[in-house]
Amino acid sequence: MNSPLKKIYDVVIVGGGPAGLAAALGARKSGAGDILIIDREVEAGGILNQCIHSGFGLHYFKEELTGPEYAERFIQNIRSDNVDLLTDSYVIDISPALQLEIISGHYGYLSLQAKAVVLAMGCRERTRGAIRTPGFRPAGVMTAGLAQKMVNMKGLLPGRRIAILGSGDIGLIMARRLVLEGCDVVGVYELSPYSSGLTRNVVQCLDDFNIPLHLSATVAFIHGRDRVERLTIAPVDAQLTPDLGQSWDVDCDTLLLSIGLIPENELSTKLRLHMDPATGGPQVSSTLETSLPGVFACGNVLHVHDIVDFVSEESLRAGQFAAELAIGMRRPSDNIALHAGANIASCVPHSLSPDREQIIYLRVKKPMLNCILTIGDRYEKKFRKLIPAEMIRITLAPEVLDHYFGDNLKIDVRPQEVAE
Amino acid sequence: MYDVIIIGGGVVGCALARELSRYNLQLALLEKEVEVGFGTSKTNSGIIHAGHHSPPGTLKSKFEWAGNQMWGDLVKDLKFGFRRTGELLIAQQPEDLQFLDDLKKQGESKGVIGLEIWEPKRLQKEEPNLSHKILRALHAPTAAVINPYEACFGLIESARQNGVELFCSCPVLSIKQNKDGFSIRTPQQNFQSRIILNVAGVFADQVAAMVNADNFKISPRKGEEYMLDRRLQGIVTHLIFPTPSATSKGVLIIPTVDGPIMVGPTADDVNNREDFSTSFAGASKIFASVRKYCPAISERETITEFAGLRAVADTNDFIIEASSVSGFYNIAGIQSPGLTAAPAIATYVTEMLRADGLTLEEKSIWRADIDGPPRFSRMTAAERKAAILKDPAYGRIVCRCESVTEAEVLYAIKHGARTLDGVKFRVRAGMGRCQGGFCTTRIMDILSQTLGIPLTEITKRGQGSEVCIPRHDNISAGDGV
Repeated sequence: MNSPLKKIYDVVIVGGGPAGLAAALGARKSGAGDILIIDREVEAGGILNQCIHSGFGLHYFKEELTGPEYAERFIQNIRSDNVDLLTDSYVIDISPALQLEIISGHYGYLSLQAKAVVLAMGCRERTRGAIRTPGFRPAGVMTAGLAQKMVNMKGLLPGRRIAILGSGDIGLIMARRLVLEGCDVVGVYELSPYSSGLTRNVVQCLDDFNIPLHLSATVAFIHGRDRVERLTIAPVDAQLTPDLGQSWDVDCDTLLLSIGLIPENELSTKLRLHMDPATGGPQVSSTLETSLPGVFACGNVLHVHDIVDFVSEESLRAGQFAAELAIGMRRPSDNIALHAGANIASCVPHSLSPDREQIIYLRVKKPMLNCILTIGDRYEKKFRKLIPAEMIRITLAPEVLDHYFGDNLKIDVRPQEVAE
Repeated sequence: MYDVIIIGGGVVGCALARELSRYNLQLALLEKEVEVGFGTSKTNSGIIHAGHHSPPGTLKSKFEWAGNQMWGDLVKDLKFGFRRTGELLIAQQPEDLQFLDDLKKQGESKGVIGLEIWEPKRLQKEEPNLSHKILRALHAPTAAVINPYEACFGLIESARQNGVELFCSCPVLSIKQNKDGFSIRTPQQNFQSRIILNVAGVFADQVAAMVNADNFKISPRKGEEYMLDRRLQGIVTHLIFPTPSATSKGVLIIPTVDGPIMVGPTADDVNNREDFSTSFAGASKIFASVRKYCPAISERETITEFAGLRAVADTNDFIIEASSVSGFYNIAGIQSPGLTAAPAIATYVTEMLRADGLTLEEKSIWRADIDGPPRFSRMTAAERKAAILKDPAYGRIVCRCESVTEAEVLYAIKHGARTLDGVKFRVRAGMGRCQGGFCTTRIMDILSQTLGIPLTEITKRGQGSEVCIPRHDNISAGDGV
């Protein structure tokens, strides 16, 4: 079949999830001409399509939506904004000159040229192999996201008695979902001494349904040749080593894993982008441009977010910046380097410009009560509580940034007493 | 009435089936698992040994070098994953150096070609990521890596193409000797055969005991393996062997056919013949060991791990013989280098049957090769374009991590895949870094549509390993919901 696609696009966006959709709208807003979104699935919307619970959009739309509703708002705008959407298609290669090679379920093998590319491939879930859980390899061990897809999109249940390893948000959401489907959820086991999911999810998905959350505990052995039959759970010490002497067994037929998310950066690595080991995503400038000129990144491929509203905000900006580059506008040159300091796990972007207001997203390494966050010597903000699960969003005004011109800026989070 | 029934569809059973299919015989292979190769053959290191390891005078030695030379021809016909990487056996201690020299002599005495001692300079040039503390290495260019499950699928497909009947999910429950040979009872049906070849791997002594032909014992010895992320691909290009200890060949670094690095195996005697479990101890042992000669390898790169069981006979050698029961043959205790030896064992057993009076009359038409599965990920851009034009299913990528297309999944099912693992081990869908997180439901859909079975009957690897259950299946009409 002949492809209705153009040969050259101003902005090509890889990924049609929340990040890619918002990037397209941003690109349109900033005046890009031809815009194309490429997505692997048969429908755009990404993981939102399987997130049928509500709680999306509270920041961005100031109302509570389900995942598919949230996605649909963007998809409608994409349609009215005349953005080309190529689904069931897979970008296999991007050249440094921004030529894309695509395998399409609709049009076969395609090549096209972009003036700017936005990477919005999202992330994948960590698997059992990543944590080397000992035991057998039966059916019934799967990531929480796969279980979510089975239940919400295929009308199937992963099992009857469910245990969940890891307290990531998808695991917490699935704990509640499976209780509502009539399953027994026997417990959630978290290696850390604190939950890795949002507090609101711990409350609404576990506490409200009397599902026990076992902190500092892990699965030490998976029993069952064909299908999961039993788990051995062990408490872990401060070095996270399981204490098998104090282990106990739990009967169940399913083990869901919610043990973290990994940005899907296979294309980025092929492009040899400079990566940030702390986020697992590319290093980006204040305009969310990677180390390869013309290639931008946003959403979970850049760093794993916990709420989609921030993904949309960030991606809208990435799309705007990509469009500005594509239509030949001058881009600000960054002259402030940003570094993670005390108790900071990661921060994005990696450099700043005083040209406009800057948004910084960051995460702490460890939970901290009554702390103070400082950026250089001219910005500080007090927090009652910071936890790794909740991303912090900071805006810096150009007036503040002017003072930092040429600096190496460090972000620190310290207890308030010490910071005085 | 069959002439020969092979019990066990591991690599040796499959090689036997193909070898015997050259002749006018009624042949069947009975496999207890849902597909061939799903036991020890699927869960090993995937190595074709160079030929010099086994000490002379053993059956292992007899078939190791012979088998090595046969795989090169088999791959042309059967198109499984195979690459001659060569092997480096490294000396880390001064006392290891003598072993290298001895092994070189042993290999040369058996006719193994190309053996060469490499000094550190050569070693560092060829394998810059190995520890610079390694004193010397023995290079054996004849060693290869193989996808053993693909070899099983290829062998059995060729055998079936030439008339062998395959019965999977068909465990042998009992065997009775009668005047025409043997009556074999299975849950599916009863079989009559003049000759039985017992190739039942870790269960071979139990099968032999059914006719009191068990003059040996098999004890399972477990090996754990850890597969690493593609990021580490190319960190070594040869198979890396440490100098072995008294009990084990040690932990190897294996550059697998498809690229990812695998490290393993452990060697632990276990009691349970189905103990495929991995352990904390196994992981720490493997990574502690490997770090010594390749410091860049870290357990953090693991994407999956598995364990397999070697069938170790109490004779500590292969057992390949006519048993005390006429017509019942034991091919047992085929542990390392069993995979290497398999094709040589198959021809040897065939000649043994001929010598014992079985009429082997070559078929007028015997096809040696199979079409072989398509491999989109290995095609050039031009080949991909052509493939998609011919069949649009090549344009639909199902497994994003390993670039596997719908066309390949359909091919796998057409050629016998019935389970998620069956698809995975034929075409690699689900074998990559996301471990099926994204593609599982899509493959389930394709299996369900192609086989005409509901999604709830799709299994990981046979009955009992169903992947999901129907919604509300526990609510009956009488519940008044």
